[in-house]
Amino acid sequence: MSDFLQLLVSGLATGSIYALAGLGFTLLWQASGTLNFAQGEFVMLPAFGILALSGLGLPLAVAFALTCAVAVVVLGWGFKRGIADPLLRSGHMPVVVATLGLSIALRNAVRAGYSAEAHPFPSVFGDDLFHIGGVAVTRIDVGTLVAALVLVLGTQAFLARTVTGRAMQAVAQDADSAVVVGIDVPRMILYTFAVNAVLACAAALLVTPSYLAKFDMGESLGTKAFFAAVIGGFNNARGTLLGGIVVGVCENLAAAYVSAAYKDAVALALFLFVLLVRPQGLLGKPVERKV
Amino acid sequence: MNAKLPAAAVVACLLAASTAHAQIKIAVIQELSGTGATAGTNFKNGVDLAVKEINAAGGILGQKLDATFEDTQSNPAVAKGLALKAVDDGAFAVFGPTFSGSMAVSMAQTRRAEVPNFTGADAAALTQQGNPYIFRTSFTQLISMPRVARYIAGTLKAKRIAVIFVNNDFGKGGRDAFVKAAVAEGLTVTADISTEAGQLDFSAPVLKAKHSDPDALFVYTNEEESARCLRELRKQAFARPIVGETTLAGQRVIELAGAAANGVLAHVGLTVDAPIPAVHEFRARFEKAYKYVPDHNGIKGYTSVYFLKAGIEAAGKLDRVAVARALHGLKIRAAKQPGVLMDVAIDDHGDLDRASFIVQVKDGKQEVKEVLPPVARF
Repeated sequence: MSDFLQLLVSGLATGSIYALAGLGFTLLWQASGTLNFAQGEFVMLPAFGILALSGLGLPLAVAFALTCAVAVVVLGWGFKRGIADPLLRSGHMPVVVATLGLSIALRNAVRAGYSAEAHPFPSVFGDDLFHIGGVAVTRIDVGTLVAALVLVLGTQAFLARTVTGRAMQAVAQDADSAVVVGIDVPRMILYTFAVNAVLACAAALLVTPSYLAKFDMGESLGTKAFFAAVIGGFNNARGTLLGGIVVGVCENLAAAYVSAAYKDAVALALFLFVLLVRPQGLLGKPVERKV
Repeated sequence: MNAKLPAAAVVACLLAASTAHAQIKIAVIQELSGTGATAGTNFKNGVDLAVKEINAAGGILGQKLDATFEDTQSNPAVAKGLALKAVDDGAFAVFGPTFSGSMAVSMAQTRRAEVPNFTGADAAALTQQGNPYIFRTSFTQLISMPRVARYIAGTLKAKRIAVIFVNNDFGKGGRDAFVKAAVAEGLTVTADISTEAGQLDFSAPVLKAKHSDPDALFVYTNEEESARCLRELRKQAFARPIVGETTLAGQRVIELAGAAANGVLAHVGLTVDAPIPAVHEFRARFEKAYKYVPDHNGIKGYTSVYFLKAGIEAAGKLDRVAVARALHGLKIRAAKQPGVLMDVAIDDHGDLDRASFIVQVKDGKQEVKEVLPPVARF
């Protein structure tokens, strides 16, 4: 039983990271119809940003704050103005292709410009160990899980309970109607991109101590985050949280009780199963569109 | 007579010029990106340092070395293509790749062109195929694994051993050699756990290993995976001895794993912390040049260029076939060829014999616990 709990705790921590990255998918999709397949690289880039600034002697918190500021400009405003805005006029597919290309370009840029090797990354929580009910738990596992939960639920609370958040949701639901009621639609969309950039920085801060900072660290993370978002429901933030946790825990259980070789296949199998049985995702709502 | 003089002078000048510019082209094909980036980068920098030193000292038989560096991307298909390019470009010798899987497919190219090929790959099968142009820069798994198993059974007094290995040519070859040696030493393998190259999460393999209740754990994965595995072992409070072979206690693994590497035991063929002055001096020169502490792959790269130098000097001419012949059965003494750092003997297969070490990681550094002498007599 303690083995199962151990796997559960570890899977929850991993799954919460998937959820955090997956939340970016749902936010951008809802706000602007942008499907960002460079989301994993949006986590990798801040990791190297934090690493580079820490290397200059800045404390981790300052390095993180500065990276967030730069990410809001580059991964938020820059991505929106440079890629999403011009390409969305031609439909969703050009954005999908462009972000796939962007992910490859970002990986190779970091590999060529910084390093192809993995780098250790400081942990914000430390790796002290304690036991709860026979289960060995590290502060980093608990901290990651709690921080990711707070961020996902906090983002949802922001969207549901603040004027700005509701305006962003209104834009996500129907941009034309939002204009009619006086909402500054472009500004709300920009806010969404900025929130996505900050969430990516937070995911980088939480996941990199375990994954190590490497140019290709976003590859599998981006894929799993996408699966998590689809499994949970692409139009529901809490659904993404559930999807991430389901993927993280199932992966861990499969690796332990079946074979590590099938670990990555678990997320894909879940993804396909949900698409076949419940296409709107576990907590998502069916959306009708005129075609 | 007068008419012939200017012509002779021109020929003499041309010959002199060609001699002055004659260079020994060597191709360094290494894993500079992908999962083997740590090993490949260390090897490449080691070669680079040796080339600079040899050239500064006047070259080999009066000719300078001209090294080109290529990235296999840790991909066997790319490695094969680069080996073909190297021999087409007229490389006198090829250094790499380091991944056993890449070496297995690329060495046919160098063999066909009769080009000496030095490799840091560990897989035992590489030198068992009768290829007269392949030369190792480290022990084969068939030599190192029995030493590890003997240490676990003899010194650690373990009876039960769990094994975590990476599912590639390097890992499977090491796992097979280790399990065979462990069983021969009377050890019972309680868990035999395969992991994937590039695996990020080791919680399940570590839990499986813990659950099998071993007296010790043997970990045989590549650098980054070793670091992640050690971090997970620490997270799950694994309290039994963790033993590896070379990679597990490598400097890069220590840096990546941090405190989780403390206490790890490993048999290493090469270590920058070996109690040998020449190795300490090499470490200092490397650190000064590349701003980090090299691991065993740095030593492999560095010494391999001096193996070539010793081979060329033993052959007495720049002839690839003659150099390969001269290297087989060659005993290189560090007193005469300081760049090899330790006395080394190369056998007829291209395998090595030299001293090796049992090390333990303490406070982020390797500490040599035991020196195992070479079998060969020098």
